[in-house]
Amino acid sequence: MTDVAQARHASTGGGLLGRSVAGAVHHVMPVLVVVACIVAFWYAASVGMNRAWTLDQAERAGVELSAGEVIADAMNQERPVLPTPHQVFAELWNTTAGEAMFRERRGELRGNPRSLFFHAYQTLAPTLLGFLFGTGLGILLAVGIVHNRAMDMSVMPWAIASQTIPILAIAPMVIVVLNSIGVEGLLPKSLISAYLSFFPVVVGMVKGLRSPGPMDLDLLKTYSASHAATFWKLRLPASVPFLFTSLKVAIAAALVGAIVAELPTGARFGLGARLLTGSYYGQTIQIWSALFMAAICAAVLVGGLGLIERLTLKRMGMAR
Amino acid sequence: MTGIMRNPLIGPGVAALVVFVGLMTDQGLGLILAVWLLAWGMNIWLSADGRGAVGRFLVPVLFGVTLLVLWEMAVRLYEISPVILPAPSAIWVRLISSTDVLWADFIQTIVKGAMSGYMMGCAAAFAVALAVDRSNFLQRGLLPVGNFIAALPIVGTAPILVMWYGFGWQSKAAVVVVMVFFPMLVNTVQGLKANEVMQRDLMRTYAASYWQTLFKLRLPAAMPFIFNGLKICTTLALIGAIVAEFFGSPTVGMGFRIKIEVGRLAMDMVWSSITVAALAGTGFYGLAALAERKLTFWHPSQR
Repeated sequence: MTDVAQARHASTGGGLLGRSVAGAVHHVMPVLVVVACIVAFWYAASVGMNRAWTLDQAERAGVELSAGEVIADAMNQERPVLPTPHQVFAELWNTTAGEAMFRERRGELRGNPRSLFFHAYQTLAPTLLGFLFGTGLGILLAVGIVHNRAMDMSVMPWAIASQTIPILAIAPMVIVVLNSIGVEGLLPKSLISAYLSFFPVVVGMVKGLRSPGPMDLDLLKTYSASHAATFWKLRLPASVPFLFTSLKVAIAAALVGAIVAELPTGARFGLGARLLTGSYYGQTIQIWSALFMAAICAAVLVGGLGLIERLTLKRMGMAR
Repeated sequence: MTGIMRNPLIGPGVAALVVFVGLMTDQGLGLILAVWLLAWGMNIWLSADGRGAVGRFLVPVLFGVTLLVLWEMAVRLYEISPVILPAPSAIWVRLISSTDVLWADFIQTIVKGAMSGYMMGCAAAFAVALAVDRSNFLQRGLLPVGNFIAALPIVGTAPILVMWYGFGWQSKAAVVVVMVFFPMLVNTVQGLKANEVMQRDLMRTYAASYWQTLFKLRLPAAMPFIFNGLKICTTLALIGAIVAEFFGSPTVGMGFRIKIEVGRLAMDMVWSSITVAALAGTGFYGLAALAERKLTFWHPSQR
């Protein structure tokens, strides 16, 4: 209510368009201010953390630096303790727009390991494959659980308990074992992703399939609807909002799984590999740019699902 | 069609047929199928209506035990190499014989890394949430940003924090702080809003101050949300502490153990570490759930 009232107040005589613009400003402004504060804090922190190195270098060279020179140097080091935002974005830009995704090598076209898009692709492919496997299996299992009492009572407690276990700890083992029996490449990583996206979907989908109230179920009973008809016409549509909520959790988990899966074997390509090599060789700017690329990927994946969710729910007449 | 399906003999009949076919093709396969279908049948019988509390307890236990037995049988009958998949019995033997190592890992990773980070992160998030709650502007700014950051792969900050804080448990605690901060913040801020105008008006008619309203109305009303955050964060804390050790650690710790023993192909030790991690995770979560039950006994979900 207050939102509408304030928006109306802000747009004196602006009509519908003015009101919606004022509404957007009302929502976006605070976010922008918070982001600006974070960036300012980041710059201050990077100067504070990188200053020691600058001063140390100056002392060895026997040069006196003014405060302005110290700050300028601290913001533009090659291997800073904390890179500044503009360094990270310069690196992001150079490794995405500045590098071709593919390059010619030994007569074939291969991925260019200097391109961050290539690494992102190496991580996103198993993420999406695993996500598809995991959600598909999760939905099937949820349908089984809802329709079979024995399955419900035996599997559900374990599915819930498994949420409390740090499942990511098994990632290195799965990768190494699969490598040792000759399975390499996309599959081991996507298995981890599938495993991580599996459980949120099961739990959310079971909740969703059970969400129709006794009134709705009774109505279908008076129509003498079969189990199958009840499932297709009532349970499945009712579960869609729950499904999307858990899909968003699942795809974020799948991405984390694919990144972590690259750590234990010393993978050469992928965002996790970028993190690992960056930490081995002290390339902090590389770490931060990989981190931002991972964040962008997560934002695009979750945001894309959110968009599909909004469109689907609108078409189904369930938009809030 | 349904008439045939409802025949009580059809289930066991199909099961017997499957076992027979399995036995014909391969003796081991037949045995495994027999155990599986027998346990499955018992579970169907146990989960039928009218067996109450005993069934509700026995069915999941039987399911878990069956999985372990099938695992053991598969490993023995097909002579799967322990490098690929050790039998549960071998894992148990290893677990018992190396309790001192596992205990040291547990102290290093769970108590020093995860627990301290969890407490610091949750306390900081709680304090920030109280501050944010007083300003409408900050709420509208921080909540979307916090929600966004909570969905990011924050584990990725592990190499940076390990670089800053060294290989000891301090860097693991730092990773945990970063991981639990935003989910906890978002949940607490949402919880502090979870009271009704009527209730706030009542506090106003009592001329209650901000702090009185906070302690007597808004914090208790926020408890279910706060505990939701606390429960989510238990798992995140363990994951953060373990994964951070993949980037560098002293020669003790669960992440270190898993990484090293995987390299040495000592899978029984890896599985023992995972067992400890699973037990610790469940216990940690159980503690949070128990506290929730004691403190929010009034909430409908607890009845």
